[in-house]
Parts: sequence; C-alpha cells; structure tokens
Amino acid sequence: MLKKPFFWIMVATVIAFVVMPIFGGIGVRESLFLAAVYMILALNLNLMIGYTGYVNFGSIVFFGLGGTLGIYAITVMGWPLWAALIGAAVVVALLALLLGLGILRLRGAYFALATIGVVEATKSFVSNFDPFGGSTGMYISFSSYKPLGGPREALWIVYFLVIAVLAASLLLGYMIKRSRFGLGLFAIREDEDAAMVLGVKAPLFKAIIYSVSSILPAMAGVLFFFKNGVIQPDQAFELTLSIEAIVMLMLGGQGTVFGAALGGFAYEQFRGYLLTSATFSNFHLVIAGALLLLIVLFAPGGLTGWLHERWSLTRRVLE
Amino acid sequence: MIGILVSVINGLLLGSIYGLAAIGLTLIFGVMKVINLAHGAMIALGMFALYFLATSGGMNPYLALPLVAIGGFVGGVAVYWIGVHRVIGRAELMSLLATFAVSMIIIGLGTALWSTSPYNVQINIPGVAIGNYTIPGNHLVAAVIAILIAAALYLFLFYTRLGKAIRAVASNRQAAELMGIPSTRVLAIAFGIGIGIAAVAGALIATLFPFTILSGGGYELKSFVVTVLGGLGNPAGALLGGLLLGFIEGVVSPFVDVSWTPVIEFSLFVVILIAFPMGLFRVGRGK
Repeated sequence: MLKKPFFWIMVATVIAFVVMPIFGGIGVRESLFLAAVYMILALNLNLMIGYTGYVNFGSIVFFGLGGTLGIYAITVMGWPLWAALIGAAVVVALLALLLGLGILRLRGAYFALATIGVVEATKSFVSNFDPFGGSTGMYISFSSYKPLGGPREALWIVYFLVIAVLAASLLLGYMIKRSRFGLGLFAIREDEDAAMVLGVKAPLFKAIIYSVSSILPAMAGVLFFFKNGVIQPDQAFELTLSIEAIVMLMLGGQGTVFGAALGGFAYEQFRGYLLTSATFSNFHLVIAGALLLLIVLFAPGGLTGWLHERWSLTRRVLE
Repeated sequence: MIGILVSVINGLLLGSIYGLAAIGLTLIFGVMKVINLAHGAMIALGMFALYFLATSGGMNPYLALPLVAIGGFVGGVAVYWIGVHRVIGRAELMSLLATFAVSMIIIGLGTALWSTSPYNVQINIPGVAIGNYTIPGNHLVAAVIAILIAAALYLFLFYTRLGKAIRAVASNRQAAELMGIPSTRVLAIAFGIGIGIAAVAGALIATLFPFTILSGGGYELKSFVVTVLGGLGNPAGALLGGLLLGFIEGVVSPFVDVSWTPVIEFSLFVVILIAFPMGLFRVGRGK
C-alpha cells in the first residue's frame, strides 16, 4: 500500500486539511469543517452506490441518528465526547446491520423507496420521542464543553476529530476497494445473480457494507451537532442532504475514492459560492438542480470519468 | 362511536385524493419504470395553478380544474423531453436523479417567486351534519371528483386505442414497437398524463387546506406509501391503497396524537415493502 501513489495523495489531502486552518484562521476552518463532513457523507455513500450498486436515498439517517444518540449521551447521560462517539457509532452500526438484513432483500427502485421510508419513519419517531426532546430537539449546555478546555478549544478539537473521521473514511474506501470483500461487492454491482452463483454471499456482504457505511457518518453526526450546539429532528434527518450527498458523488464520479472526496469538496465550495453571491443566493437550488440534470444527462461519470477519458494516466493513479 | 365513524369517513374522503395523487406516480412507474421524484413539486405546481386561476383569474375553482389538468399534461410532456427521455432504460439512479433535479429546479423557482408562506383558496360549500359532527362540503366534492377522474382514467386505459397502446408499451415496449406503436411518443403522453393527474390532485388538495410550495413533499411521500400498498405500477391498486391509507388515518386519529401518524405510516410502508413488494392486492416478489 505504501508504494501506491494514491495512498500518498490521501495522506497529502489529510495533511492539507490539518495545516490550512492553522495558518488560515477560523474562517478557513469553518469552510473546511463543512467540506470534510460532506466528504465523509459522500465517501461512505460511495461504498453503497459506487461499489455495490445499491442506491441508498436515506444515508442521512446514519448521520442524524448518530447525532441524536451521541448528543443524548452527552447531555442527558453525561458521557464524555469520545465515549459518545464510540457508543453512537456502535448502536447505529448494529441497527443498520439488522435493518440491512431486511431491506436489502429488495433490489433497484424498491430498495431506493424503502430507504426513503426509513428516513421518514426514523425522523417522525425521533420527533415524537420525548427523551430525545421531541420536535424541538436537544440543546447542549455550556458546561458540556468544559472537559475539552472551554468552547474555543472544543471547536478546534472537534475540527481535528472530524479530520480524523475523514482520514478513516478515505482509508476505509481505499482498503475495501483493494480487498477480496470489495471484489465481492463489485461482482454484486455488475450482476448479483451471477455473483451468487460464483459463491459470493450476497445478502451477507450487502448487510455488512450497509452497516460499515453507517459507522463514520454516525460519528460525523455526533461531531457536527456537538459543534452546532443544538440538534433538531427536521435538521438531523433532512432528506435533501441525503440527496445532496448523491449529487456530490455524481459530481465527483461514483465508484472511486478520489471522485467521492473531490465531489464532496467541490459541492461545498460551489454551494458556499452560490449562497453568498448576491445574484444567485435566491436561486441556488435552481442552479444546483440544473447542474445535477446536466451531469446525469451528459456526463454520468462525473469529474473523474471526464479526467479518465482525457488522460489514461489518471486511470492508473486515481483510485 | 359516531366520532370514530365521522373520523373514518373523513379519512376515506382524503384517502381518495391520496389515491388520485398516487395514480399519477404509479402510472409513470408502470409504463417506463421511472420513479418520479418531481411528483411532489408537480402537486405543488397544481396547487398554485388553481390558486392563480381562482384568485387572479376569478374562476370558479372547480371549473379551473380542467385547465390545471391540461397545463399539467403539457408541462409533463415538456419535462419528459427535457429530463426523462435520455435516462429511460439506464440505471435507476439516473432516472431518480434526473427527476429529482427537475424537482429542485421547480421548488427553487417556486420558493424564489412565491416564498414559503402559506396560500389559501376560499371555498364555501355547506357540509353534511352527522350528530354533533360535520363533514365539510369541499371534502365531499373533492373526493367525488377524485373518484370520477380515476374512473375516467380506467375507461381511457382499457377502452381507447391510445390507452391500449400505453398498456402495451408498459407490458413490453419492444413488442409494442413491432406492432407499429410509436413507443417514444406513447411514453411522452403517459408521462404527461401522470403529471396532469398529479397536478389535479394538488389542485383538489388546495381546495381543502392552506398550502406552500413545499407542501407537495408530504403528499409525494404519502403517494409512495399508497403506491407500495397498492403495488407499484398498478393504477387500480393505487386508488385502493389511497382509500386504505385514508382509512388507517381515520381509525388511528381519535386514539393517538396526530404527530404519531407518520411513524405508523412509514413503518407500515417499510414493512409492507419488505414483506409484499408487489403490493397487498397482488401476489409475488419484487425484483
């Protein structure tokens, strides 16, 4: 692995994310924080859509549920941040495994619809469940930031933790792609019935990857809402963000680690530009939609696909 | 006891409109295997079309319905040629994303033009009294119109040449093409009809409740639930599914808080999808 150029590209990316805000200051840090969260969502969604060929429209449920459980552990049960991170990730992964064994029996459009149902069911459940604060959600009191040395220091620590989760997401995507397990997933993507005939345990593989793809987004959810200071169900389980994650993946190019990361980063920059520009701020949804339509109709391979078509070198370097 | 009965009747009346909205979705899926994620946006456009015809145009809201339907049909055919035609027959992801992109564009434009504050169409029709309860007149009229439209669509699909052509393309596009049916044109027309029905369903909802440009989203999700209850691609099943969903809402609402209804609906949705992917009214497994 150490001899592969792409490994060093990933290392350089993570180093850039660590170093840039130290010199650039808080404004840069805030922009990179959101970009890193988007990249985490896109990279993990890529495991389902890009590798396995299953369109998960509800990937946001991992992010939202992780956030809800983590914030509950911190505010109500008084857990430290690290314990809440691990606890939320474990619970979400187990729930995803159980759920995956059920809904992954569905294929194609039926699976996509079921994942939308899962988001809406979870969102309406959390909005009604009083221990999680109901529809008003939960607030993090000032004292929760104390163990990390106060709010100012806590923001930096949370930023570096998100970068750690980003690094883990990059590595996870890369290692699965290089593994025997990953080959099984690709076989399922190309032709599930043929893969099963060849001995790939498709139902198990699918449930495992569904569960694996939930762990890091759940952690990102805890960190995002810990930094946010408040978590509300409408915000935590926003179906739009789920679909924006698919847009990021399409923009960068599905099926590649590089494409997913690039798509997440580029989408955040693009969205930030649209939201702040005077001309486009009212129409950012329209422009994002038009962009998506153009990608789907004319460049389904995304940016990576476009690069691969022009230079054959990128095909060997970018995974 | 009468309270529950009235609640069930109200539920069934609403359910027929859910059913109509879902017919638009399921017709499109049945014919071209596209799940139209712009469905909610089209319902919302139907609401606004009725609002502007009734207030700025000064028309009777019910007489404006045919105009909304025609507008929806034309808009639907346009959307088909712009966004859907190129993704037919490609991976599901592509058609899901293409229709979602159309939805983003419509919602974005709608939010910029009309903001997200609620609009309201004024209608006064005397209701029917049962004991101490009243069933609102506009709900009764809307339900009757919804069922009439569903019946008309059924007659169209089974007893006209074009309707038969649509069903032929739905069951086997290649064979239909060999029989001399211009399948691309039929797909465009079917998409237009689906959107037209969604727009009319939206217009009917606008005669009942206040609405915003984002209201369509909730009805889109309900349409998914209804479609899955009735079996994807099965218009008659969609109407039954709508009535069933309305019935469930009616039975549940006197006993639990309204905010719990979506929890029940969507859990039911996921369970039925896993256990009966072809719908409750047909036997078989989804692929």
